[in-house]
Amino acid sequence: MARGRDSHRELADLLSAKEMIIICGSGGTGKTTIAAALGAQAAAVVGGRVLVLTVDPARRLATALGLPTSLGNTAVKVPAEAFAAAGLECRGELWVAMLDTKSGWDELIRRHAPDATLRDTVLANPLYRNITGRFVNSHDYLAMEQLYDLHASGQYDLVVIDTPPSRNALDLLDAPGRMREFFGSRLLKWLTVPYRSRLFTMASKPFYQVADRILGSRFLQDIAEFFVLFQTMEAGFVARAKEVERLLTDEGTAFIVVSTLEAAPAREARFLADELHQRRMPLGALVLNRTLPAEVRQPAASKAAIALAAVADDPVLSADLAATTGCDVTAVQHVLAEVAARFRDVTVVAGREAERRRELEAVVALTAVVPTLPADVHDLASLLAIGEHLLGNGNR
Amino acid sequence: MPKGRSVTSGLLDRQLLFVSGKGGTGKTSVAAALADLAVRQGKRTLVCEMDAKGALAAAFEVRELSFQPSEVRPGLWAMVMNTEDSLKEYLRLFVRIPLVGRIGPLARTFDFVADAAPGVKEILAIGKLCHEVRERHYDLVIVDAEASGHIVAQIDAPRAIRELVQVGMVRDQTDWMLEILGDAARTGLVVVTTPEEMPVTETIELVDKVQSTTDVNVAAIVANRVLPQWFSVPDSEVFAALMGPAAQATLAAAAGPKVATVFQAAALAQARRDGAVGYLDRLRECVSADVPLLLVPELFTRSGGRRVVSLLADSLHEELG
Repeated sequence: MARGRDSHRELADLLSAKEMIIICGSGGTGKTTIAAALGAQAAAVVGGRVLVLTVDPARRLATALGLPTSLGNTAVKVPAEAFAAAGLECRGELWVAMLDTKSGWDELIRRHAPDATLRDTVLANPLYRNITGRFVNSHDYLAMEQLYDLHASGQYDLVVIDTPPSRNALDLLDAPGRMREFFGSRLLKWLTVPYRSRLFTMASKPFYQVADRILGSRFLQDIAEFFVLFQTMEAGFVARAKEVERLLTDEGTAFIVVSTLEAAPAREARFLADELHQRRMPLGALVLNRTLPAEVRQPAASKAAIALAAVADDPVLSADLAATTGCDVTAVQHVLAEVAARFRDVTVVAGREAERRRELEAVVALTAVVPTLPADVHDLASLLAIGEHLLGNGNR
Repeated sequence: MPKGRSVTSGLLDRQLLFVSGKGGTGKTSVAAALADLAVRQGKRTLVCEMDAKGALAAAFEVRELSFQPSEVRPGLWAMVMNTEDSLKEYLRLFVRIPLVGRIGPLARTFDFVADAAPGVKEILAIGKLCHEVRERHYDLVIVDAEASGHIVAQIDAPRAIRELVQVGMVRDQTDWMLEILGDAARTGLVVVTTPEEMPVTETIELVDKVQSTTDVNVAAIVANRVLPQWFSVPDSEVFAALMGPAAQATLAAAAGPKVATVFQAAALAQARRDGAVGYLDRLRECVSADVPLLLVPELFTRSGGRRVVSLLADSLHEELG
């Protein structure tokens, strides 16, 4: 890249220095692929034990890593032979695990429940699945919990986490704080006051009267019962949430925002960068995925496209090309004209991308670029190729 | 639901359309384009953004949208969902409690509970939309709905509430909501995708889940950003031959060395197009044939906003015939 900074080098430094990298960005930007590519590159080139924690890998991605298609909560090692087959000796180890939010909640309850009876009562509560699936963005909280666990286990030198698709990326960052606040909240107190007595509390009487009329008292009672049980786990949950929160601003942690150069993801990336800054969460880099090759922006390329259209109109040259290729002259002329004409579409998109890129580079110091590739990622070699776009191949 | 009806009745002849799909596929733009098209057909249209991200306002190039619908152009109203406002409206319309002045704090507290109680937020949102349909304030209500991960919980909320809540007003009201949502002539779900692996996989899973667990009719799949086909099969053979070293040398001599870049850009676009065709084939194979698949081409425009919405509407119009 013809830029003042050596983004390859800086990104490689980031992979060597940090213990945890959190990949975020709006949906559909290729977060999972970038997470896997960075993890693979870190394992191969920097070395050490690297874990990529993914949320929902395309089956193809799992296959690409030579893994069973059903990844689970337990980490699986990518065989060294897979790297060898991709033409690279892996200095470290690459492990992959998938975040399973359902069993994750069960684990949380098992960990924090004060005794076995209570644990089983909660797990058997009819509202348990329904509630845990919905409140305080539990998916996001679980992602953070698992990350913390893996870090605390001391088993890995680097953990790269691909964040869950979130309506708003910030839900993820705020999840531990919100979980902590939830336990101290008025909401929980209201819900857990014994049903009879709260009907007679003057302040809340009108509220419950209306709520009962709308929702029915039985429903509120069911909810209350669940939360009374849940409250017994307060101490454990709050302590953990605090530690998870601390981890997010730790100096061993870096965030990488992934975006394409389309309007909506780019807007989201800028917003995310600002919000990370406000939360004192370290934004390590911005990865611009699926960009058009820089060469198409060169004026000489546009000139060549115009000249190509002239070649299509030139009977002598086209006849010459038809002879060289063994193709029909009119077909050659048609294809040349088409290639020349469509190049304009490509330059329009490239111009649009360049403008957005400048805007983003003004906000984030370190940006790295991955060009749009002709095919989807289908094996470890193509993942490593993406890694090389990000880090350069000087390390190889 | 009788599936035959949905095929014959036009997409925009329904009264309630949910637009969902994997994040990043262009849900909001497609919802805005469908609204644009409906307005062109003379329909009084309301479009509602569910996640308040501001994408709908950007699509219509207006400063800000609120729960109170605003007319963004003649015949087209836009709003964003807010469950607290929805609750206030609900209390005003249905509960008729004599403490209008106290609705504010009451609603805030209730919102607090709604955060924790399963399905309550969803029912407030879906209830508002169904209410607009029932009252016929608009000819068509288009919902820029939650992404594929959350949409089933949203459209299925009335049924979930029916199962969880045994008595009370909300339960009684789920009846007419379910009637509207389960009527394929009135309500439909449009799933937006792009011709790539993950979005196509998610679309297949979503359609299957909606068809097997809810009564909501899948009205159409919109494949967005489909790259144009540059060459026919024989033409692509000619293109491949022209990429050969001898032809490239002749071309470079005639049109300059950067002609290689022009060809590489074409090759890249062609390869992506070939990949996309494979994913579209898979989509057609895995989704029942009575769900129409609408293709919207990649737009090579300078800007976003209204221009993109209008171009998308043109393409959808062509596809709908």
